[in-house]
Amino acid sequence: MPSVEVPLLSGRNAPGFGALLKTELLLALRKRADIANPLLFFVTVLALLPLGVGPEPELLARMAPGIIWVMALLATLLSQESLFRGDFEDGTLEQMTLSPQPLYFAVLAKSAVHWLVTGLPLALLSPLLGLMLNLPAAGYLCLFVSLLLGSASLSLMGAVGAALTVALRRPGLLLALIVMPLYAPVLIFGTGAVQAAIDGYAYGAQLAILAALLAAAAALAPLAAAGAIRISTDS
Amino acid sequence: MESKVEFQFAGLADFLAMNGHGAYVWLAYGVTFAALAALAAYPPLRRRQLQGELRRQQRIEQRRRQVGQNKAAAEPA
Amino acid sequence: MEVSLAWQWFHRLGSPRWFYQKTGAWLPWLALASMVLLTVGTAWGLGFAPQDAKQGNSYRIIYIHVPAAFLALAGYYIMAISGAIGLIWKMKLSFAVMRAAAPIGAVLTFVALFTGAIWGKPTWGTYWVWDARITSMLILLFLYIGVIALGRAFSREQAADKACALLALVGTVNIPIIYKSVDWWYSLHQPATIKLTQASSIHPSMFYPLLTMVIGFYCLYAWTLIAHTRILVLQREWRTQWVREALEAGK
Repeated sequence: MPSVEVPLLSGRNAPGFGALLKTELLLALRKRADIANPLLFFVTVLALLPLGVGPEPELLARMAPGIIWVMALLATLLSQESLFRGDFEDGTLEQMTLSPQPLYFAVLAKSAVHWLVTGLPLALLSPLLGLMLNLPAAGYLCLFVSLLLGSASLSLMGAVGAALTVALRRPGLLLALIVMPLYAPVLIFGTGAVQAAIDGYAYGAQLAILAALLAAAAALAPLAAAGAIRISTDS
Repeated sequence: MESKVEFQFAGLADFLAMNGHGAYVWLAYGVTFAALAALAAYPPLRRRQLQGELRRQQRIEQRRRQVGQNKAAAEPA
Repeated sequence: MEVSLAWQWFHRLGSPRWFYQKTGAWLPWLALASMVLLTVGTAWGLGFAPQDAKQGNSYRIIYIHVPAAFLALAGYYIMAISGAIGLIWKMKLSFAVMRAAAPIGAVLTFVALFTGAIWGKPTWGTYWVWDARITSMLILLFLYIGVIALGRAFSREQAADKACALLALVGTVNIPIIYKSVDWWYSLHQPATIKLTQASSIHPSMFYPLLTMVIGFYCLYAWTLIAHTRILVLQREWRTQWVREALEAGK
């Protein structure tokens, strides 16, 4: 299998953000298992849910927004650990800290790619799962949009946890513990938006808050993650 | 303060019973003070552990030095 | 002249050994102050403050719940600020304070949650309510545990310190956001019938014992934080002569 030449290691010209994004995307798309696993997890556990709580349509409909959102959260968390691990193990991460391009952009690119292969498919799958859980019709669009916005924030915030734990031999649940408090506001406003849509209220405010959280995350999370990467690769 | 500060309960039995809420109040206070006591007790206990650790290390070092000396003495000059 | 004196003091503050030798004398006084204040406050609150009109005697838990909650939150900021100072000025001692503050804060948060739950049962009929304050306090506990766990996961102390400081700072930004979101979320799901705050005007005869307990808790916090930091300093500077001397002298 031909190896992908990583531009970061070659030459003096620092590659543009677009090139960075493309490289990361190519690398990510090669690891098909890493993409498929979270989605499979998402779908299979959601299929188990009615077996656990009973098939009554009203009950499932009431729980649907929260359950779908929580499962999206957990699925994102699953794939978060491997965000930097591959690069850490083959030394690319350390190279990134030495490159002239600010680490901020490298992290931003990785988070964007992570969202493209995890959050975006999740959001695209969500109407199907809404169907399985008897989600009321009014909630579908909002569910899709809220997941689209929210999962991007989740990817960014998760990068901070991934960067802090990348050097640890067995990060285990530490990543989840670190990242859950960061995820909580996104979860609250995501489900809040969908619930408002189902109840017939305007949900623009909740979506606006999700967008604001995304903006804040995009600005700050890569900074924190970059700092954490330096700590983790410092030897 | 306008009101006089006085003991609010008729006797010890009343004090412990707290008008029926005794179990709650005393459980809460008990756990709290146990936790605070644990926080306060940790440094001296740990300190004693460290002292023991230091003594053990010194004994090992001394034994090693003695073995070195014995070896040097046993070697024919 | 003044600037260089202040700078000198600041630099000395960075020396673990200076800290250890200086604070030894403070501990007995802090311990005494804590115990006196806590004893007086507890006796006052338990026995001499009047019964509450609505809650009867169960409200007396306030005298331990509120101070614990205050210190739990204040302690987090102390931990985060120590971490920031350590990162910015590369002060080993500041990191030691931060690492010491984590378990102390976690214990206080647990106490706040536990006493709150016990108080809730006779007063509002339930041990747990997912309102903004309680849920935020629970997440605070997770933040503390995260810092403790992260610190123990790194094999190199330096890396552990920096990672913990970073995490503590990230949490600092997070706490107000969490509080606001949970507050909004709770107000949606629950009508505002359950009021978990005391009436804003608290009677003086109830206020003064509370104040005593809060000050007592602060003294206790200072005492335990310094004592725990001293132990950490001994562990971190284990290989030095002055530590051996200090341990042998039994100081």
